[in-house]
Amino acid sequence: MRSNKVLFRNIDTQILLIYIIMILYGLLNIFAANYDNDIMILFNFKSEPFKQSIWILSSFSLIFFILLLDGKIFASLSYFIYFLSILSLIIVLFIGKEIGGARSWFNISTMLSIQPSEFAKIGTLLALSKYLSQININISKLSVQIFSLTIIFIPILLILLQPDAGSSIIFFSFLLILFREGISKYYLILAGIAFSLLIFSLKSSTKFLIISLIIILIFLLIYMINKKKLKSNLKLLLTVSIILFSYIKTINFIYNDVLKPHQKNRIDLIMGKVVDIHGIGYNLNQSKIAIGSGGLFGKGFLKGTQTKFNFVPEQSTDFIFCTIGEEWGFIGSFFTILIFILFLIKIITMAERQRSTFSRIYGYGIFCIFFSHYFINIGMSIGIVPTIGIPLPFFSYGGSSFWSFSILLFIFIKLDSYRMDILR
Amino acid sequence: MNRNKFTNRRIFFYFLILSSSLILLIKLFFLQIIDNSYKLSAEKNVVKQEIIYPKRGYIYDRNKILLAGNQRAYDLMVIPREIGNIDTLKFCKIIDLKLESFIKKIQKSKNYSSFKESIFLKEISKRKAAKFQEYLYEFSGFFLKERTMRKYTENSCSHILGYVSQVPDYIIKSNKYYNYNDNFGITGVERSYEKDLRGNKGIEFFFRDVWNRKMGSYKNGKYDSLAINGKNLDLTIDIYLQKYGELLMQNKKGSIVAIEPSTGEILTLISSPNYDPNLLVGQNRSENYIKLYKNKNKPLFDRSLLAEYPPGSTFKLINALIGLQEGVISPGTKFPCDNGWEYNKDLKVGCHKHRSNLNLKEAIAQSCNSYFCHTFGKIISKYKNTNIGYNKWRDHVLSFGLGNYLNNDLYTGKPGKIPTQSFYDIQYGKNRWKYPTIISISIGQDALLLSPIQLANMTSVIANRGYFYTPHIVKKINDKEINNEFLIAKFCSIDKKYFQPVINGMENVISSKFGTANNAKIKGMQICGKTGTAQNPHGKDHSIFIAFSPKDDPKIAVAVIVENSGWGSTWAAPIGTLMIEKYLTGEISNSKLENFIKNATIIDDSYEK
Ligand SMILES: [Zn+2]
Repeated sequence: MRSNKVLFRNIDTQILLIYIIMILYGLLNIFAANYDNDIMILFNFKSEPFKQSIWILSSFSLIFFILLLDGKIFASLSYFIYFLSILSLIIVLFIGKEIGGARSWFNISTMLSIQPSEFAKIGTLLALSKYLSQININISKLSVQIFSLTIIFIPILLILLQPDAGSSIIFFSFLLILFREGISKYYLILAGIAFSLLIFSLKSSTKFLIISLIIILIFLLIYMINKKKLKSNLKLLLTVSIILFSYIKTINFIYNDVLKPHQKNRIDLIMGKVVDIHGIGYNLNQSKIAIGSGGLFGKGFLKGTQTKFNFVPEQSTDFIFCTIGEEWGFIGSFFTILIFILFLIKIITMAERQRSTFSRIYGYGIFCIFFSHYFINIGMSIGIVPTIGIPLPFFSYGGSSFWSFSILLFIFIKLDSYRMDILR
Repeated sequence: MNRNKFTNRRIFFYFLILSSSLILLIKLFFLQIIDNSYKLSAEKNVVKQEIIYPKRGYIYDRNKILLAGNQRAYDLMVIPREIGNIDTLKFCKIIDLKLESFIKKIQKSKNYSSFKESIFLKEISKRKAAKFQEYLYEFSGFFLKERTMRKYTENSCSHILGYVSQVPDYIIKSNKYYNYNDNFGITGVERSYEKDLRGNKGIEFFFRDVWNRKMGSYKNGKYDSLAINGKNLDLTIDIYLQKYGELLMQNKKGSIVAIEPSTGEILTLISSPNYDPNLLVGQNRSENYIKLYKNKNKPLFDRSLLAEYPPGSTFKLINALIGLQEGVISPGTKFPCDNGWEYNKDLKVGCHKHRSNLNLKEAIAQSCNSYFCHTFGKIISKYKNTNIGYNKWRDHVLSFGLGNYLNNDLYTGKPGKIPTQSFYDIQYGKNRWKYPTIISISIGQDALLLSPIQLANMTSVIANRGYFYTPHIVKKINDKEINNEFLIAKFCSIDKKYFQPVINGMENVISSKFGTANNAKIKGMQICGKTGTAQNPHGKDHSIFIAFSPKDDPKIAVAVIVENSGWGSTWAAPIGTLMIEKYLTGEISNSKLENFIKNATIIDDSYEK
């Protein structure tokens, strides 16, 4: 028999601490989003805070189970788990329950629905880690790149068939793993910058975009001056800036002067710029009112009004950040973002200290998942990312996603506990 | 190879985390600190949004007489947590509510939310609302919210108009426009033109203080959107004729459908018994609905669109036309009738007593069964085998707009039934049936089924000598004439020249003293018609009459069905000719006949038992 001492040997306590802060703060906000001047809600087994507590408590046994397992099992079972999750994505297309126009849930009972795309994230990541960590794999070979993309794009296609565009976007972030593992940096830099600038310039005002870019460039400059690399990189930096600004100008030009009004309208609607009172625009506007009304210090815990009156039904799931912004103000928003910064940096640091390639790739994988959820969710709540319905990890209400996030994280924590062992 | 040589790339990831977090923080900083418009003032103002409901479109008849308008109504709203110490008994007395239902409703509202407003009592009358308004200050937590509900200005057209009620759940799920408690047309024109009538909801954002008072608009109305009122409809219905027909049909079960043949516009669409459309408006709707639903005469059932009857002898006209087109008869063709048609000892179709060897015109006027059995037999026998002949015959019938949904702008309908070859193959076996097997189809019996509106449309085809416009109910939307496929003529497979002899026969149905509807003659009017009797296995036969007038350049085609009234000539025919006279001349010359029809009660309940 293993003793607890062995079981929790080498478990990183810092990440555990961040994790616990997140679930507690998250639960507090789910409680606030549901609060009805009635403390009894805590004891109503149908209420969201109660159900979420159950999900959290039950996830502990799951976590315990993961920690009990031999860490090798994840690598050896990864293709099998991938296969299973692909299978479930196919089956859900036929027998899944339709929610909001997408067939993406298995309905186990009235209390319990499971979303296979959540578990496909784990499967895909494991398969990708397994494939790329093989000794004889050279990522600069085209065949390897194509095979890796196939692993990523099969679930994307299946999820797009549901259709659930939001969930499929997360899988795109796995492309970042390939970057870390040595794929030519130009692939990613080019695609990433072009895509995000396109979205940003269509989405926000040009003024805001340019201010943000200038600030980022200043930081880059400071960094380079510090590292005394300015001279060698100044030319590059200048060229990049010029290309960036002319790219934005071109998009603006096409948008303003080339597109016909109805085409523009369509883009505006997708980007949430036009207020479509019954659709996404309305939610976004409500969300901004809620967050904006929070001010510096917020209205105080349980004192929020926007998130309680006539607000969108997703206030404790996709729009949980509204409750944070309204009740805790800018201070609360800042704190939340700070936690995520610490959390994400911690994951990168942990991934980099792995001796096993599998563990490192896996670590980068969960970084991609957590990062994209974090940025898209908060970004959408404040209107700088198109409205995409995905949860904020450990904050949003919902059992399926909570479990999936916990499993993702604790597999990594388990893998990390072998970091002292010899190279495997 | 050691891929850890790319460990430097982690810098990129740190950069990604920090820069994107920075973007979020900048935007949050703008939103929460710089932009004052989102902030609350010291009095804890709250930005609230209010849905502005558009005015539902009005419905007029073809003469611009209002059929459906709006009236002001009030919803009694409640915010449970704001209910103070109120005198419940007094409250209940004012709004006519039992104490137990008061407790139930409060609980229901609390279950929904104790701090959000919800409807406590929907659509209370103006009178009750006024009374309640006086005592409003005593009942904190309650308030009145104005809304509009339908007012049907004529006690008529109940089936045509339909009714408006709370939007059903399945609609809310599939259509983003609707929210819980929104109005929605459930049946009739209210349903089929819901999208035009409803308009578009608007939204208004404003600040509200703790006493729920409006404190000015939010961001100068930047996010507000105006409500767009519903469109007004002009129906094709002539309300005078409609009401006259309803009068004639009182205390009878059945239907009258009148169409203007030259346009396909439906002039009347009557299903009897009907009900006051205002019964399905307001607070008592569900109670009234249940009463109507339980009524054994089924007033909610729209017979004009949903009832299907065998067309009986009226269908002989179609067989005559097909016979002429196929060249198996000519206007001069005569067939013998010895008290009917006889194939062999076991297969006979009887006929009433009349002079034998009639020509086509006389056979129509006197409705000789034998004549049309012969005609049908000749049509089928013209072809190599029964299947080819029958399908040829059936194609002709379908071209009259029968056996299919009309695909028009009415909310509901039935396809009727023109039996297919395979229907008979199943019934009798493949190649096991010949024309004599189904001979009663030649006189409109067997498995034939037509709805009243199809019957009227068929009459229209004859009146037009060979084509019809899809019968439709809306003439103008917001004073603009409709412009769609209803305005395209659909031709039947019979040549124009074959109609005149048949129409001559129809004229004699009424004008000849031997004609079956001679009793329904109107002095000085040239009406072409045909009587029919639909056999009814459940009780007394249904009386049927179709007609159009004037003979040349017809202005109206009408189909009348009076259930359980026996011969077509007795009841349906006079109703038909009276309708025509009323529409064409505006008056009634034979008030004796009118009174006789109006005062008759023909509701045979025998088959209900
Ligand atoms: Zn006869």
